[in-house]
Amino acid sequence: MKELLDFEAFREGPEAEGLVRRVRELVDGPTALMEVCGTHTVAIGRAGIRSLVPEELRLLSGPGCPVCVTPLGEIDQTIEAARRPDVTVATFGDMMRVPGSESSLERERAAGADVRVVTSALDAVKLASEEPSREIVFIGVGFETTSPTVAAALLEAERRDVPNVSVFPFFKLVPPALEFLVGVPDRALDGFLCPGHVSSIIGSNAYEPVAREAGIPCVVTGFEPLDILAGIVMLLEQVRDVRSGGAARVETQYSRAVRPEGNPTARSLLDETFDTADAEWRGIGAIPASGYVLSQDLMHRDAAAKLGIERPEPAEPEGCICGAIMLGRKLPGDCPLFGTDCTPRDPVGPCMVSSEGSCAAHFRYEHRRST
Amino acid sequence: MKSNDTITLAHGSGGRLMHELVEGLIARVLSNPVLDELDDAADVSGLVEPGRLAVTTDSFVVQPLFFPGGDIGTLAVAGTVNDLAVKGARPVALTLGLIVEEGLAVSDLERALRSVAETAKTAGVVVTAGDTKVVERGCLGGLVLNTAGLGFIPEGVELGAARVRDGDAVVISGTVGDHETAILVAREGFEIDETIESDCAPLHEIAATILTAAPGARAMRDPTRGGLATTLNELSARSGVGIEIEEAAVPVRREVRSVTDILGFDPLFMANEGKVVAVVPADEAERVVEALRTHDLGRDAAVIGRAGGPPGVTLRTRVGGARPLLMLEGVQLPRIC
Ligand code: SF4
Ligand code: SF4
Repeated sequence: MKELLDFEAFREGPEAEGLVRRVRELVDGPTALMEVCGTHTVAIGRAGIRSLVPEELRLLSGPGCPVCVTPLGEIDQTIEAARRPDVTVATFGDMMRVPGSESSLERERAAGADVRVVTSALDAVKLASEEPSREIVFIGVGFETTSPTVAAALLEAERRDVPNVSVFPFFKLVPPALEFLVGVPDRALDGFLCPGHVSSIIGSNAYEPVAREAGIPCVVTGFEPLDILAGIVMLLEQVRDVRSGGAARVETQYSRAVRPEGNPTARSLLDETFDTADAEWRGIGAIPASGYVLSQDLMHRDAAAKLGIERPEPAEPEGCICGAIMLGRKLPGDCPLFGTDCTPRDPVGPCMVSSEGSCAAHFRYEHRRST
Repeated sequence: MKSNDTITLAHGSGGRLMHELVEGLIARVLSNPVLDELDDAADVSGLVEPGRLAVTTDSFVVQPLFFPGGDIGTLAVAGTVNDLAVKGARPVALTLGLIVEEGLAVSDLERALRSVAETAKTAGVVVTAGDTKVVERGCLGGLVLNTAGLGFIPEGVELGAARVRDGDAVVISGTVGDHETAILVAREGFEIDETIESDCAPLHEIAATILTAAPGARAMRDPTRGGLATTLNELSARSGVGIEIEEAAVPVRREVRSVTDILGFDPLFMANEGKVVAVVPADEAERVVEALRTHDLGRDAAVIGRAGGPPGVTLRTRVGGARPLLMLEGVQLPRIC
């Protein structure tokens, strides 16, 4: 019997224990580390990592979920597109439930709009060639991880001469956001846990300016719980060095997937398809050179231009503090609406809608409801 | 295509075509002495056993209708048999309501019915009565099945969430997440190397095995929609006793793990159609697992946690962290990258 109930044997025990012990040794005062990637946010919650680290170590969730940072006005544009009778909106599932100013794609679909959930942008090109009489509009959300696949799909549509597919290029770029975050006044940020997937495309070199000029340690980290613990240890070691006068660096915990220069093929795809532009981050505001527009040669695939859809001035939901959360100033629990008026079933702000949003992750993994 | 290859609205009209469909196909495939009477109601007195009567009903809507490891027919019988079995009842009889969509191939209907017949035979239940409706194309995805099940709970068997006690052990009869992952892969056409099969199966023997090995068993559940996490929350809420689960002890197939990782899904929230969660006194847990492992459907059985503490479910993660395991909120959606 003893054996059957002795669960310790199952755990990634010794290794995890060693890392957790090291974290405890290294934290000797209030320290704030930010993970910028939604997948990290979820992994930290899922693995219960906050329950293992000292309270003085705050793990903050940055603007790392592409759904969360898509401005209301852009959501409204996609809804406007879905209302056109000859338009099919193709989207990743996450976007379905994001509330715009007065509706969502899910509600539009229930009301008869043709909205389809796809798992890749190539599906949209396929739909377009199968249904030549309809305009297939793909909602391009995501960071440097998703944008190359959308770029590839657009180039495929060009190559196969499929005219009736277009895209809303709502992509965001991670490094400019980090540079912006370090410039935010009264921020408390000692280090960045940089996203492994994004970095496998753009390379760890992309964070050099943040580390060198702003003096914030960066560690590119994988997504397994042990990766994250190891990444935290590496960050804390750097934080200690920086506090005693050393220089911040970019380090890579996730070296099995990330090279300093990234993935040249994906990067040249991006260069061919997009130009960098200023972009609006929901809850945060405009960040210079942090988004994409279609390159001159592909401008005819821009859904807003093709369908003549302006971006409306939207009204943000009252009381939502997503912006402050994504900037690392507040935690989800600080929001008066958290868990009461705002839940994953009935989300008020975008951070509760997306499964990778910081509020949704906190609700799911950290929050014990009184039953 | 011959007119008899596909279901048309005329098959539901009550006329000759309908008569042919019911007697020529449905009753033929499902044939048994009770059903063969083809009366408006079945006399089931021959099936009555000693014990308390248990009754359940369920409707089955699944896309695609046929998937690796099963189909809507298997699912309809297994689902209902399992609801009876986890209550400690021996399932004896079923009813079957068919709502067929115009345009369904008769061969598909026949295939689903054969699965009903076969699964019923495996589970030792008799399909005693049925009903068939045909509806217009486009509203149902081909076929919807409704079943009601009848079973008898033997004297002395007393199961219920309210009986869970501090210190009890929580046992699962096998890997979690197989059914929903199989459906997802079949529906979305994800390209993966291995086929993931649904675990869809009648669990009457598994339930009986548990009851024999653990006469003191407190509660059994089949973690279908909402998955293991939701079922454990229900058990905790009803009993008022907390449950702590060990993530690393919960069996998950490697293929299921890799698909769910890619999509950002959690196998603990994914539907199963062939698994039982049992709460048993701690000193009976080992016997239950040993007995289950001798059965084909219980090969991966394991003790996954224990009951105790304030209500709510806590997950001990692989790295030793603890976090609340809540019920499934809404639906899981694939993540963006
Ligand atoms: S899109 Fe990339 S950066 Fe964003 S959450 Fe997903 S993995 Fe992380
Ligand atoms: S809890 Fe809801 S309203 Fe509050 S910040 Fe999060 S998403 Fe916005």
